[in-house]
Amino acid sequence: MVGYTDKIREISERLLKEGTVDMVIGFRQGSMPMMNEPCFAKRPEDVEKLTWDSNCGINLANYLTDRKEKIGVIAKGCDSRNIVTHIIENKIKRDQLVIIGVPCKGMIDRRKITSMFETEILSVAEEDGKVIVKTGDAEKILEKEEVLQKNCAVCIHRNPVIYDELAADLVEEQKDIDRYADIREIEAMSPEDKWNYFDDLLSACVRCYACRNACPLCYCPTCFVDESQPQWVGKTTDPIDTKTFHFLRAYHCAGRCTDCGACERACPVGINMRTLTKKLEKDCFEYYGWEAGLTLDARPPLDAYKPDDPEDFIK
Amino acid sequence: MGIEPGRLHFSWVSSAEATKFIEVVNEVTEAVRALGPHDNFVKHMPKVA
Ligand code: SF4
Ligand code: SF4
Repeated sequence: MVGYTDKIREISERLLKEGTVDMVIGFRQGSMPMMNEPCFAKRPEDVEKLTWDSNCGINLANYLTDRKEKIGVIAKGCDSRNIVTHIIENKIKRDQLVIIGVPCKGMIDRRKITSMFETEILSVAEEDGKVIVKTGDAEKILEKEEVLQKNCAVCIHRNPVIYDELAADLVEEQKDIDRYADIREIEAMSPEDKWNYFDDLLSACVRCYACRNACPLCYCPTCFVDESQPQWVGKTTDPIDTKTFHFLRAYHCAGRCTDCGACERACPVGINMRTLTKKLEKDCFEYYGWEAGLTLDARPPLDAYKPDDPEDFIK
Repeated sequence: MGIEPGRLHFSWVSSAEATKFIEVVNEVTEAVRALGPHDNFVKHMPKVA
């Protein structure tokens, strides 16, 4: 990880000094353990703040929307796929970007780790695939593999798909992963059980919209939930309003979501709303052989017509 | 998301296919009637004393 950080700083410093970019968007240490935050380095001396470890789960593509500057951006596998999606959707131009690719070995699950300890976690460090967690009175060494974020555990695109610079050697992709076991379980439920499942899943939602705000796909100037003329969906935490918000948001991400996990990570009450986007991701893969953000050269299935699109459901 | 199969129908009807349109409408109406009302998405207003 130290190697990654050094390389990121070196590349960023070079780009800023040469004037190739106006800023580099990366990560800096947060004020609490496991809470790295985005960092906008605009001068060569700012690069000292940049860092890299397994707490960089925020999706930085989110900060590129409609920017006019030339930007260096740090991109893990999923970020790079969202950058591709942003370029395809005209939210940023490819030639405005210098993509600093970071081959990724997964981010750690802050919630899972916190739940393993009785007292407040004071520091979290990493070494050789281990995570060393310290609280006031204890120290524990965890296997990183076992505390990965759920989406990272089933990720098959750890390496950035486009990049101009690399912060480390490419990593081996995970193979023979069953990405959709959880989704198949829900698909097998009866309509009533499904309804109850979603009722339960979303019941704690406080409609703070942190999930939407963390998602690079949710860039509409006025989100349908904020619209008041007409008001498409109620603004309360009534279970029907909440479900309408979540179901519709998920559909807006169909064929675009990269399963980066930024939404789930941002939720203050720990709702696994990725279940919804992942179902759509699975459908896009099964019906159209599509995985979002892998190439600049193809249109996403939902904005292109092909004579052989599946249509068995149309009678 | 908890909607029964048979409640949602998709069909492709050209503006020249009046007969098909009638068939589809009748079929859909029958199928949905047979399922009965779906009130999952009905929002109940909070009761105010
Ligand atoms: S919906 Fe969630 S997982 Fe999908 S791209 Fe947006 S933040 Fe990432
Ligand atoms: S972040 Fe969590 S609580 Fe906030 S709107 Fe999304 S699901 Fe609801």
